Amino acid sequence: MEDEAFDVVVVGAGIAGCVAAYRLAEAGHSVVLIERGSAAGAKNLSGGVFYCRVMEQVFPGFVRRAPVERVITRNCISMTNATSAVTVDYRDERLAEPVNAVTVLRARLDSWLAEQCEEAGVMVMPGVRVDELLLEGGQVVGVRAGDDELRARVVIAADGVNSFLARQAGIRPTEPLENLAVGVKSVIRLPREVIEERFSLTGDEGVAYAMVGDCTQGIAGGAFLYTNTASLSLGVVLRLDDLVASGRSSSEVHDHLLAHPSVAPLIEGGELLEYGCHLTIEGGPQMARRDLTRPGLMVVGDAAGLTLNTGLTIRGMDLAAGSAIAAATAADRALRSGDLSQRAMDVYRTELDGSFVGADLATYARAPHFLESALLYRDAGPLAADVLHGVFDHDLTPRRHLVGTARSAVKSSPVSAAQLARLGLSALRSL
Amino acid sequence: MPLLGSVPERLAANHYDVDEEESHIEVDQDAARRTQAGPLLERVCAARVYTSQPDGSVLVQAAACLECGTCLAVAPPGVLRWHYPRGGFGIAFREG
Ligand SMILES: Cc1cc2nc3c(=O)[nH]c(=O)nc-3n(C[C@H](O)[C@H](O)[C@H](O)COP(=O)(O)OP(=O)(O)OC[C@H]3O[C@@H](n4cnc5c(N)ncnc54)[C@H](O)[C@@H]3O)c2cc1C
Ligand code: SF4
Repeated sequence: MEDEAFDVVVVGAGIAGCVAAYRLAEAGHSVVLIERGSAAGAKNLSGGVFYCRVMEQVFPGFVRRAPVERVITRNCISMTNATSAVTVDYRDERLAEPVNAVTVLRARLDSWLAEQCEEAGVMVMPGVRVDELLLEGGQVVGVRAGDDELRARVVIAADGVNSFLARQAGIRPTEPLENLAVGVKSVIRLPREVIEERFSLTGDEGVAYAMVGDCTQGIAGGAFLYTNTASLSLGVVLRLDDLVASGRSSSEVHDHLLAHPSVAPLIEGGELLEYGCHLTIEGGPQMARRDLTRPGLMVVGDAAGLTLNTGLTIRGMDLAAGSAIAAATAADRALRSGDLSQRAMDVYRTELDGSFVGADLATYARAPHFLESALLYRDAGPLAADVLHGVFDHDLTPRRHLVGTARSAVKSSPVSAAQLARLGLSALRSL
Repeated sequence: MPLLGSVPERLAANHYDVDEEESHIEVDQDAARRTQAGPLLERVCAARVYTSQPDGSVLVQAAACLECGTCLAVAPPGVLRWHYPRGGFGIAFREG
């Protein structure tokens, strides 16, 4: 086995790939990190709220050192209708100390992560597309990129949601459409002071809006609006099965969001910096139940299906980092023992299941099922608005107690009180 | 006119390294006609890469692609041959 050039080849310089490569280089292994983009981050897009506590384990002082935008101290959950919106606005200083979540722009964050890798001794190769895994008798022994072959004792596939490597290894089948959603996003420049005034923020505080209902024209998924330092990240997430069934166009749904009465005033005067789209994962718990290893191979991050969409939050970046830490631990052990078999790779699964990633996947196992409810996307918003309209609209008819107002709102809504109760219970159990 | 301009105007604000030599998307036009995939591809693609023609064939403007993979996920089997552009080519996000 003397022709082996590297201990580890990591494919994909997203969060998962960078964290895995960094950890393994730190442990003294020779590591190559291959990225198809001209620079790390050039192909990557997220909504942008990073639950970043896990990064402190890998890069102490992460929030201070990394290019992050704002610290999220305010979360708004909004049920939007054509002419109204009902919003829960949660602001809490405890979210800033210690920092819980920050907004990020991936083109900047990922290139910083790749720099850290380089400093730790990783050989970073941007601008190279890996075409396939090299296999010898069922053992993964490296990768092929064009005419070049790179051999390694362990390959870590961190190649994102479309992972062609996981497909080649037989780990990812053609995904059912309900397991995927497309995100369409605009980044809009606004002066710092305007953002702080408009969203009532001070200093580097930030706000994250999660919206459902009319903002996606009733398509399963939701919309998000996050504040960066001097820009806004704004977009829709549309579950593919429902997008196909709806007959609507993804870019028009995104346009509908921009013009929505609860969004348009917030982006007023803004200038478009970038328009992008990317797939994301809806059926995370189910997808990640599959095996994630082959002899000599581990699959991490989105490539492994590790994203959790609970409707209130989308979490993929922290799970990408968590899975990378688990895989690096297993790879380190395998390299030291010289055992690169299936059994040695499966230490990754044990590490993963024992981490916050495995725990959260189990906790939210029912969330995708809960989020299938059309009630949530089409009927709950108008109902909530009708109740509040009954409370606040003083049309000179005699006032009624809240119960009466609510009862007649439910009566004229397509939702029954029983359905509503079931939805509430199921939310409490699934989320 | 939509807020922030039309989709082609928005794409013009992005940075692309266009591969002049090879396209990363190919449509099997017979399969597209047979499965009537054109209108579906046209709708799901946020970059408006596909234009469905009256005869059932599909025009492809691969240079606008944002490389999300949606079209590949929804296309009927056999209609698309889609892979990532060659290393270093295609969309280069500056924000993300
Ligand atoms: C619209 C949207 C909103 C989201 N919002 C959030 C959010 O607010 N918070 C959150 O935590 N998560 C969010 N996510 C999910 C999050 O973006 C992902 O979970 C995360 O990016 C996964 O990281 P990763 O490193 O596994 O994969 P990626 O970041 O996708 O990285 C994969 C890397 O592999 C490279 N690559 C792929 N194939 C090859 C190849 N063949 N050769 C070489 N390189 C290759 C790619 O160029 C890329 O750099 C969102 C996703 C979307 C689409
Ligand atoms: S990958 Fe995405 S952007 Fe590119 S053509 Fe397909 S749907 Fe459009």
